[in-house]
Amino acid sequence: MAEPAMTNPADMSVSDEVAVQITAMNKWYGTFHVLRDINMTVQKGERIVVCGPSGSGKSTLIRCNNRLEEHQQGQIIVDGTELTNDVKNIDKVRSEVGMVFQHFNLFPHLTILENLTLAPIWVRKIPKREAEETAMYFLGKVKIPEQAHKFPGQLSGGQQQRVAIARSLCMKPRIMLFDEPTSALDPEMIKEVLDTMIDLAKDGMTMICVTHEMGFAQAVANRVIFMDQGQIVEQNEPKEFFNNPKSDRTKLFLSQILGH
Amino acid sequence: MNFVRTQMLPPQSPPVTERGAVKWLRENLFSGPLNTILTVLAVLTVYYLLSMALPWLLHGVWTANSLTECRTIIAANYGPDAIGACWAVIHARWYQFIFGFYPPEAYWRPILDFGLMFVAMTPLLFADNPRSAIKLVGVVAVLTVIGLSLAQGPLWLLALCTALMAGCFFLVLQSPARLLPVTLLYPFATIWLLWGGSIWGPVMMMAGFGVLAIVYSLLSTRIGVVMATAAGFVAACIWWLALDGAVAAALQSLIPLAIQSVPSDKFGGFVLSFLIGVSSIAISLPIGVLLALGRQSDMLLIKSLSVAFIEFVRGVPLITMLFTASLLLQYFLPPQVQFDLILRVVILVTFFSAAYNAEVIRGGLAALPKGQFEAADALGLDYWQAQRLIIMPQALKVSIPGIVSTFIGLFKDTTLVTFVGLAEPLRGITTIVRADIYWKGIYWEPYLFVGAIFFAACYGMSRYSLYLERKLMTDHR
Repeated sequence: MAEPAMTNPADMSVSDEVAVQITAMNKWYGTFHVLRDINMTVQKGERIVVCGPSGSGKSTLIRCNNRLEEHQQGQIIVDGTELTNDVKNIDKVRSEVGMVFQHFNLFPHLTILENLTLAPIWVRKIPKREAEETAMYFLGKVKIPEQAHKFPGQLSGGQQQRVAIARSLCMKPRIMLFDEPTSALDPEMIKEVLDTMIDLAKDGMTMICVTHEMGFAQAVANRVIFMDQGQIVEQNEPKEFFNNPKSDRTKLFLSQILGH
Repeated sequence: MNFVRTQMLPPQSPPVTERGAVKWLRENLFSGPLNTILTVLAVLTVYYLLSMALPWLLHGVWTANSLTECRTIIAANYGPDAIGACWAVIHARWYQFIFGFYPPEAYWRPILDFGLMFVAMTPLLFADNPRSAIKLVGVVAVLTVIGLSLAQGPLWLLALCTALMAGCFFLVLQSPARLLPVTLLYPFATIWLLWGGSIWGPVMMMAGFGVLAIVYSLLSTRIGVVMATAAGFVAACIWWLALDGAVAAALQSLIPLAIQSVPSDKFGGFVLSFLIGVSSIAISLPIGVLLALGRQSDMLLIKSLSVAFIEFVRGVPLITMLFTASLLLQYFLPPQVQFDLILRVVILVTFFSAAYNAEVIRGGLAALPKGQFEAADALGLDYWQAQRLIIMPQALKVSIPGIVSTFIGLFKDTTLVTFVGLAEPLRGITTIVRADIYWKGIYWEPYLFVGAIFFAACYGMSRYSLYLERKLMTDHR
């Protein structure tokens, strides 16, 4: 596991403004009750790490935040907009919420620069030149401006994931969702992606990350949420969570992933 | 055993059996007993076929007035038992294979229209390849002018058409995209050029699309994209059915602008094949895309309608559809509505190929990873933006070989319209030519001629699809 540089979470400000409010939310896949009575509040500027065994519903939970998955009961309010069947609200939320996927999901038929400018041009209606300037700025931030005119297939996995992060940032999102961003990467590439995410956290971005990178959680998270069987089992600040877990299920999970 | 090399060996050329032609022959033709036998058999077969066909081809006669005259010339030149092709039939009747019964004084119209077809396709085929676009338009312009100068017609007309082609060439020199207006006008120009009559008919047909655009832009912000499109479509239909004819007639009486009108039964030969083939190809691709999307839709009504259409049309032979077009369709329409036979055939051939295309494109859609849809959604693109910018460019790219196969099949299937009495070149015109007392008994020559032209067109499509696949290969570099 990569050990990112330690920063003091206290340096990063958390406001009282609510970014995401999930109340009594339930979700089923067919008859399978995948998310059960989820209650969760994320403040603006907060960095949440969601962890748990596979099949615990953590990816589904994060994907409910921009309605890549539909919930059947309860309420999800993202950035002041409630997610319902209303397509307009969904598109509004999606343009304010960036998402980074496990498998990058870059558009292989477009160059890196086109990948980055597509949504700003078509969704935000920003002039092409301006969108390209923004794109180059964020490519600089993720430290690969020289790749702008290549195609995704020509980049390494780590580089592709950094492009994917930059693509989300080009929409100037208020909240960033990370769905296991390092799980599909070779070990030596995990660090470059985590460093990018830490830089982002330092800039005060509201982040919800599903990840197994416990070093990352200790370094930047305000809060760690542990899920099992579709429920939130425990949430606490990282230090308490790792050093003094309360539930037996958490203890077992931590012993399994930190044990070797 | 210890060994120390004291002298390094210089590289030597491989033995004679391992290089050049000898190696190639051994590896490719004589690699084993079975292969050797096959090679010998293949050589013998090729020799046998050529020994039969070559004399026939080489003894060909190009100028004669009848089959009997052909045979006399061949017998005189190569002996009484010699065989030879009588290409004179093509020489004498080529115009019928090309133009059917189109009036000869109006041949310039299909010629100009055929040239303009390539010009109109240029911005679609070579959007970001200006060099190929310029080459294509340049060659087509020159050939069109040559063709026009061979056809009957006043000199001012030739000058006008030359100026038109030169104008197109000038536009493409700036950028292929400059030709897009030509592309949009082309369908209406085709209708006017081929069928003739008042210019106001096609212009008013175009105005229908104007009505659609106006209604859409007035309503789209108020009632949403889908409803506004539907309202615009309804308005356009009202225009076409109720007002179009009257307005066109009024304008014609005010400003009479008309060329000789040519009824559909004069159409034939390759003009007919290309007319049916190209319009069906052009219309069936977008319909195929919509059907493929409809089949994937979450909306039950749209989904079941798409599935029903695709399965029904694919399950019925094309001949049945053509008979429907020629016989049955009239029964379902009000008696005063006269629907042109060619138009009916185009519509049904379009449906046929659209259903096939829909399934080919559905295959392309299925080949896309789910992540592409999710990434487009997560960026806030709406459905049509995601389809147009992310999904379709990739799905269509995967489907190119299948789509082009459908198109090639469709183009060859245009020969089936002979069964509803249209004079397509393969059977329609050939039968007519062979019924001529002078050419009775001729067999291979017309079929070879027609086959060669079909082959050229289909091979062209196939080469273009290979070019397109190479050009779009960006993901695995």
